Amino acid sequence: MGIRFILMVNKQGQTRLAQYYEYLTLEERRALEGEIVRKCLARNEQQCSFVEHRNYKIVYRRYASLFFLVGVDNDENELAILEFIHLLVETMDCHFGNVCELDIMFHLEKAHFMLEEMVMNGCIVETSKTNILQPIQLMEKSS
Amino acid sequence: MNPFSSGTRLRDMIRAIRACKTAAEERGVVRKECAAIRAAINENDNDYRHRNLAKLMFIHMLGYPTHFGQMECLKLIASSEFPEKRIGYLGLMLLLDERQEVLMLVTNSLKQDLNHSNQYIVGLALCALGNICSAEMARDLAPEVERLLQFRDPNTRKKAALCAIRIIRKVPDLAENFINPAAALLKEKHHGVLITGVQLCTDLCKASVDALEYFRKKCTEGLVKTLKDVANSPYAPEYDIAGITDPFLHIRLLKLLRVLGQGDADASDLMNDILAQVATKTESNKNAGNAILYECVETIMSIEDNGGLRVLAINILGRFLSNRDNNIRYVALNMLMKAITVDAQAVQRHRATILECVKDSDASIRKRALELVYLLINESNVKPLTKELIDYLEVSDQEFKGDLTAKICSLIAKFSPEKIWYIDQMLKVLSEAGNFVKDEVWHALIVVISNASDLHGYTVRALYRALQTSVEQESLVRVAVWCIGEYGDMLIKNVGMLDIEDPITVTESDAVDIIELAIKRHTSDLTTKAMSLIALLKLSSRFPPCSERIQDIIVQNRGNLVLELQQRSIEFNSIIQKHQNIRSALVERMPVLDEATFIGRRAGSMPPTVSTSSGASLNLPNGVAKPSAAPLVDLLDLSLDDAPAPSSSGGDFLQDLLGVDLSPASNQSGTNQASKAGTDVLLDLLSIETPPVQSSLSPPDVLSSIQDNKSPVASLEELALPSSLSGQATTPVGASPMMDLLDGFVSNPPKPENNGSVYPSVVAFESGALRITFDFSKPPGNPQTTSIQATFTNLSPNVYTDFIFQAAVPKFLQLHLDPASSNTLPATGNGSITQNLRVTNSQHGKKSLVMRIRIAYKINNKDVLEEGQISNFPRGL
Repeated sequence: MGIRFILMVNKQGQTRLAQYYEYLTLEERRALEGEIVRKCLARNEQQCSFVEHRNYKIVYRRYASLFFLVGVDNDENELAILEFIHLLVETMDCHFGNVCELDIMFHLEKAHFMLEEMVMNGCIVETSKTNILQPIQLMEKSS
Repeated sequence: MNPFSSGTRLRDMIRAIRACKTAAEERGVVRKECAAIRAAINENDNDYRHRNLAKLMFIHMLGYPTHFGQMECLKLIASSEFPEKRIGYLGLMLLLDERQEVLMLVTNSLKQDLNHSNQYIVGLALCALGNICSAEMARDLAPEVERLLQFRDPNTRKKAALCAIRIIRKVPDLAENFINPAAALLKEKHHGVLITGVQLCTDLCKASVDALEYFRKKCTEGLVKTLKDVANSPYAPEYDIAGITDPFLHIRLLKLLRVLGQGDADASDLMNDILAQVATKTESNKNAGNAILYECVETIMSIEDNGGLRVLAINILGRFLSNRDNNIRYVALNMLMKAITVDAQAVQRHRATILECVKDSDASIRKRALELVYLLINESNVKPLTKELIDYLEVSDQEFKGDLTAKICSLIAKFSPEKIWYIDQMLKVLSEAGNFVKDEVWHALIVVISNASDLHGYTVRALYRALQTSVEQESLVRVAVWCIGEYGDMLIKNVGMLDIEDPITVTESDAVDIIELAIKRHTSDLTTKAMSLIALLKLSSRFPPCSERIQDIIVQNRGNLVLELQQRSIEFNSIIQKHQNIRSALVERMPVLDEATFIGRRAGSMPPTVSTSSGASLNLPNGVAKPSAAPLVDLLDLSLDDAPAPSSSGGDFLQDLLGVDLSPASNQSGTNQASKAGTDVLLDLLSIETPPVQSSLSPPDVLSSIQDNKSPVASLEELALPSSLSGQATTPVGASPMMDLLDGFVSNPPKPENNGSVYPSVVAFESGALRITFDFSKPPGNPQTTSIQATFTNLSPNVYTDFIFQAAVPKFLQLHLDPASSNTLPATGNGSITQNLRVTNSQHGKKSLVMRIRIAYKINNKDVLEEGQISNFPRGL
């Protein structure tokens, strides 16, 4: 319900982060990622950010070399999800400082932690950057 | 230091993988790392466990199997260090899912962590639980979660709320426990808790009707107040996005209000003010504002009617629709589809804009706009809208054409005001996108054409013209060929000219030319060529001077490798050569195809494949599997008056003549309307009293044995018969007139008389392993009933066990099977099984018995199946 999965994919189609909120086998995941990424990468700037795929919608946005794709149910508010993607990017930017693709790759677990603070079980939990980053900063300080 | 320890750090491994140039290299690196990790796991290495797990997660993300790391997660979770626990839980959520049994082992750790003093650890556990718990875990840990909903730390509370959502989804019975705590959450100030609390309430309302009632009564006012506070709140830097405080909270609240207000007038009243305020005051120059407006409009549309609010909502949608941003337009189109059910008039006003969207360059917008246009069409605007759509069809791209064509065709079918318009539009569609048109559509077109008798001339001329330009559209060619064949004389003589037409001169040879073209094109498929052949036959009767030339063309297909075409070619050639006397009668103009029954049957019929397998199995009175063309040619030579085969093949042959699609065994979906009409014509032609045509699905015959016996028999039947069910049902009817027809021509009618009451025994079935003999007798006083004693003899050296005999008969026979004498057949004729059958023939004297049999037995516990048909019953039974 709500969000089904969140993917971060670069322009060559390599997955940089994948978080699924519903169960899919490995083959299904790879097939799904391949199809969706192909569709999104083929679209240009002027086209709208929503793609319909099978029985759900993909909301995507490109930031520099990375595509953020969020798969949602059909009855979800797409514009809100766009906002959410932006919030996610801003949070990561706040933490890593000028976040880029390499940051996410080499600190994958931190990116996951941040995502976990924001989305749980497909629903948005927290929308305040300070609240999200607080546990992570605590953890970094202690280690 | 252990040489196998995974010395590489995570980032080194990532660097190594990134440095790989090919997929094979990458696989090599990953394999090496996995081997190292596996070795480390076997060693039970504590130090690098979390590093290994991090590597495993990366490898998992790339798509490689990582199940060997699952136990590692558990060990990490059980550790007391926070970083290790963290990675452990993360690994748990990524590498495992709720279906794994390993998850049960975690339950205990989770329980301990839920009671931990460190709130962050509690948070971790809640997170994990909320993401992947299964139903059993949910049940076990629900009380803990309930307790945590009232914890002092708001972060824990919010996570507990989301965890509760998952629990409710997995175990809906527990919903009652959470109603009260959830209501308490709605009064919170902390936004995080508020958002999750609202979501919990929304889910509770969906899960249980009691909860819905409770929240509606108690909490609606509170929610409205909360929304007001949030909307009017001053600048809060933490939650501010583009000038609006926490738009996510806005949206969630609106969603919950929607759920509460739907169907309930009181609740809706309470919301009106705040909805109006949000709708008017929210700024819409930023995406966040638009998101809120979108949600607001959706809520207004769903709750009980309030005229002013609805107008407001539609205005907002109108503004969205003309926004330049594609996202906004997409969202607007989406909403308009829901708005149509509420207020169709208002949406009609935006028709022009929507039509523009159909032609947009963005595929998503086009799709939405097309669906919307489809909903908007009614009788008054169907003509201009269809024109626009067809114009667009010419320039649309391939993927979209299929959808567009289907929609246009159904539009035309539903709303056409007059036949001539229907035909015009369909011709245009066929010329543009005939290859995307489905079979039912052009079948329906033919039905309509045949019904519009005053338009025949116009139609055939229009088709002729269309064929000059668009000969690559298969469906167009088929329809044109059929029409030219039927109404060729109108084409030549310019019959029925309408004022709007330009004059056109077509000579007979032109018409034949174009059909020849259809046959000779290498891209024409089987159906088109078959239809062309029969059109040529019709023309040879209507245009006698071209008969020679037509015969030449037909003869060229005599050696065609496709059975269907070869058969038709030979048969038609035979008709032209030898049977001019019946030719004109055979290919007379078809009577009007009955539109009502066609539409009714089309609407109610099962797909052709299903109908063939279930209904077609045993309806044939003469279940002769269709032989090759030769016997039919012999038949029509009429030099043999051999009794056995004529009736069945003759009837089928006449159906062929009138243009029935004989589908190959692969079930081409050719539910050709002509087949039914064909037999109708046959009946008219011969004007013989026949029983009424059964047009409903007739169930297959009752098999007088225990087990079912459908598909193997059916597949053989399909070869023999046209796939259309109605054609099936009328074949017995068609068969008998055919016999009479033949009787008229042949001087010595083959009267099957057998006056003796003693009938010879026949060997009904013999294979290498089994022989069945039938002995007949007639009980006195009832000429229609025959008693048969079947004797089964084993011809092989193996003993047969579990011997079961089954038989099936066509509809005019009734079969009763007595139990067999035994189930075991000793070897090599050392004994036999006997079984009595009783057959009642309702068409005694007119048709002889025929039966399909199936024998199942076991040799050394291996199943064997034999099937066959018995058609050598003595006549007169």
